Amino acid sequence: MADLKFTDDQASAEESAAIDAVIGDERATVHEHPRVIRGGTKRRHRMRHLLLPALHALQTESGWISPGGLNYICEQLQVPPAEAFGVASFYELFKVDQAPGHDEAVTHVCVDGPCRAGSAQVIAGIKAGGGHVHESPCLGQCERPTAVFVQGRRGPNVVKADAPNVLAQHGEPALRLLHRVGVVDPESLDSYRSHGGYAALDAAIAAGPDAVIASLTESGLSGRGGAAFPTGIKWRGVRDADGDTKHIVANCDESEPGTFKDRIVMESDPFALVEAMTIAAVTTGAENGWIYVRGEYPLATARVQNAIDLARSAGLLGDDVAHSGQRFDIEVRRGAGAYICGEETALFNSLEGFRGEPRNKPPYPTTHGLFNQPTAINNPETLLNVLPIVLEGAASYRSVGTESSPGTRLFCLSGDVGNPGLYEFAFGVTLGEVLERAGGVEGELQAVLLGGAAGTFVDSTSLDMALTLEDTRAAGTTLGSGVVMVFNQNADMTDTCTRIAEFFRNESCGQCVPCRVGAVRQHEMLVELRTGGPAMPDDRRQLHDDMARAMADSSICGLGHTACSAVASALTLGLIGTSQ
Amino acid sequence: MTAVYNNNTADASAEVAVTISIDGADVIVPEGATVLDACNAAGVDTPTLCYAENLTAVNACRLCVVEMDGSRTLIPSCSRPAEDGMVIKTDSERVRHSRKMVLEFLGSGVDLSQADELGTWSEFYGADADRYGPAPARINEPVKIQDDLYIRDYDKCVLCYKCVEACGDDAQHTFAISVSGRGFDARISTEFDITLPDSACVYCGNCVAVCPTNALQFKTEFDLRTVGEWRPEEHEVTTTVCSYCGVGCNLEMHVQDNTIVKVTSPNDHDVTSGHLCIKGRFGWQYVQPTIERGPTT
Ligand SMILES: Cc1cc2nc3c(=O)[nH]c(=O)nc-3n(C[C@H](O)[C@H](O)[C@H](O)COP(=O)(O)O)c2cc1C
Ligand code: SF4
Ligand code: SF4
Ligand code: FES
Repeated sequence: MADLKFTDDQASAEESAAIDAVIGDERATVHEHPRVIRGGTKRRHRMRHLLLPALHALQTESGWISPGGLNYICEQLQVPPAEAFGVASFYELFKVDQAPGHDEAVTHVCVDGPCRAGSAQVIAGIKAGGGHVHESPCLGQCERPTAVFVQGRRGPNVVKADAPNVLAQHGEPALRLLHRVGVVDPESLDSYRSHGGYAALDAAIAAGPDAVIASLTESGLSGRGGAAFPTGIKWRGVRDADGDTKHIVANCDESEPGTFKDRIVMESDPFALVEAMTIAAVTTGAENGWIYVRGEYPLATARVQNAIDLARSAGLLGDDVAHSGQRFDIEVRRGAGAYICGEETALFNSLEGFRGEPRNKPPYPTTHGLFNQPTAINNPETLLNVLPIVLEGAASYRSVGTESSPGTRLFCLSGDVGNPGLYEFAFGVTLGEVLERAGGVEGELQAVLLGGAAGTFVDSTSLDMALTLEDTRAAGTTLGSGVVMVFNQNADMTDTCTRIAEFFRNESCGQCVPCRVGAVRQHEMLVELRTGGPAMPDDRRQLHDDMARAMADSSICGLGHTACSAVASALTLGLIGTSQ
Repeated sequence: MTAVYNNNTADASAEVAVTISIDGADVIVPEGATVLDACNAAGVDTPTLCYAENLTAVNACRLCVVEMDGSRTLIPSCSRPAEDGMVIKTDSERVRHSRKMVLEFLGSGVDLSQADELGTWSEFYGADADRYGPAPARINEPVKIQDDLYIRDYDKCVLCYKCVEACGDDAQHTFAISVSGRGFDARISTEFDITLPDSACVYCGNCVAVCPTNALQFKTEFDLRTVGEWRPEEHEVTTTVCSYCGVGCNLEMHVQDNTIVKVTSPNDHDVTSGHLCIKGRFGWQYVQPTIERGPTT
């Protein structure tokens, strides 16, 4: 038993009941007999991953992380209270101070991207009605501004979902990844099966792991979460790695400003995610699956959980997955409001019950991932691609797209276009065509943010750019998570860039110096420009360049590496910082 | 020129050796050694902040970065294992730039007045912490004086994680403090920021001993500094063995004006690795009268 010290604060009966309900019957220490206590480090470590769900339970029950509730969690899981406090205070959705009104629901209102313009009015309206408001970074509903998410107390969490997700491309035969969205009943396994569901799993089991990995490698599929790492190589790495247990993780933390594709997939075609993860499991030999869903996605969370439950009842998860002889099951975990937890190693730490701070790489997740075991972590869009590759083969998959960027890509269109929403196009489509297909620019085009806050701005000179990995890289930009956020001539780009800088300031985990301080200094520089501009003096531009170089070179993770790229591109294009 | 590795923190008897190039010179180090070990073996002086030989590397400060052929980004030398064939540059423009910026960033937000080594490196790399506008955000924390043994002045904290490691897994296993909050608002803290006497703290002082910036100070030092009487250059250091129990910890008694003002233990001592308990660290009042103390709040 760890020698822990607790303050005198006690949990209420409701708090301990709510916590017990998520951590189950096992305890880190068990008093078997007055003189026999079972405990120890191993047991403590085994239960640590329950910290995040327990904190969620406490927050929902009490509206904050109360000292008594925290003590109770720490006693049951044998986590030092200072560490648990460090974890709780890392997340936006957990409140560690007892502010007035803490016992009410909180309405999170998005102040990013296309929601920014209308947010002030929405916030004023909620406040006038006596509601509790929190200004939130992008809530992943950019196609329907102004986005809100209501964090309930003892009640459900809700997002505005007045209409089901309907695609502008509904019914188009070219859709490979989205063909079931708006067509299939997302809550019915039978409906999924009648639309071709689970044929790919059968095919993958029949073909065997080596054949599946060969197809993936041949298909040229690369990761859609931002880093574009070849999926075949990743799965091969996990299959070949030694480990006690192996893990499949779906990275559904989607928090890159402007991105909402994974939410729509989870809400409208959740079985596809579960099936693709199961293929990953039988291919790599992993027995444990985890879906880490963004905390602000209650509907997606419920749909995915329902899909897992139905798949388990049908023998498609569990001890003998689809008669393959392999065990595989999936647990859903909710994030708690931290963009950085989308970074794969930060996600592992978060899921394991630690602060969501990225780890230094190497070692890489394929050998040292979740719980330090071999792990394949993928974005849901990446996983969706596995289904057609397994069903139709690599050659057919490569029949669209380009040599270096085969297949199709999901694009999240938002801002000043006629028809914001989720689109699927073959790689190689030009930016101009994408804007046209999405209803055209409303007004006169000023700039497009490609790839999210971690991406870059481009202007009308890039309309002919082919959207592929190679062309965007050559042009110094990125497809990132598929964000295409459009700004017309009325947009205040200095304000937009200031908000992007503020986003990184708020979301830096704070672990490494270049990002922790650099993100603050960049934001201060933009605030200075917004109040003192419009021109940015040469020495300030030089300073921004100095900061951007050091952050890209020496930060630990991708957040710090890219935190200056959007602002730098806006400066280069003259969208901000010039005297006109 | 081939330098032979002789750092006693890695296993010198390891059978597998790796050869790594540091600024053009081949260096042979045992497998498991870090790039920093190789730099040391090559006689290259490398600034570090969050690294300590008696703690697990957290590679958070990024001061020790070096350039490696084939790597898009710079790498932290303190924690990157040396591999055969690595080609490392420790003094390229990129390396100097990043080190300078890390030092500038720290200087612009943290009180480094008592972090002497950082001051020297800042001068070396030409860091100019004053070019961040009129009022850059700073840590701005008041000094915490909650007991007679030490003070916490987080205005001087660079968030190197050393104290957390010394309090936790790396030495004391008490876990009284942790990093809380996020980003620039991250702070070293107890749960709900309760006072140290209320917390799990056992007053071993191991956090104070590892703190590189004097954010954590023994109260004796703090009081003497407050009245302008802290004169480390005059300290006489006497090494002795602690008399409280049979473990045999080495103590270094720092004496100023014939008074013990601080107790440390050598990092390379094979019993303590620099860490002590409350008795060795503070239990020396029986050899001298209690000295005047400043107020506790
Ligand atoms: C700050 C940051 C945030 C990220 N957020 C996400 C995310 O929300 N979803 C995601 O799939 N990948 C995200 N990533 C990328 C992941 O680290 C990882 O590369 C990806 O999940 C791997 O899956 P893939 O190979 O299928 O793309 C993020 C990376 C960084 C640096
Ligand atoms: S780059 Fe930023 S987010 Fe990433 S580890 Fe460093 S401080 Fe954390
Ligand atoms: S108090 Fe000292 S040891 Fe602790 S993190 Fe801050 S600078 Fe490092
Ligand atoms: S000393 Fe290497 S990162 Fe701090």
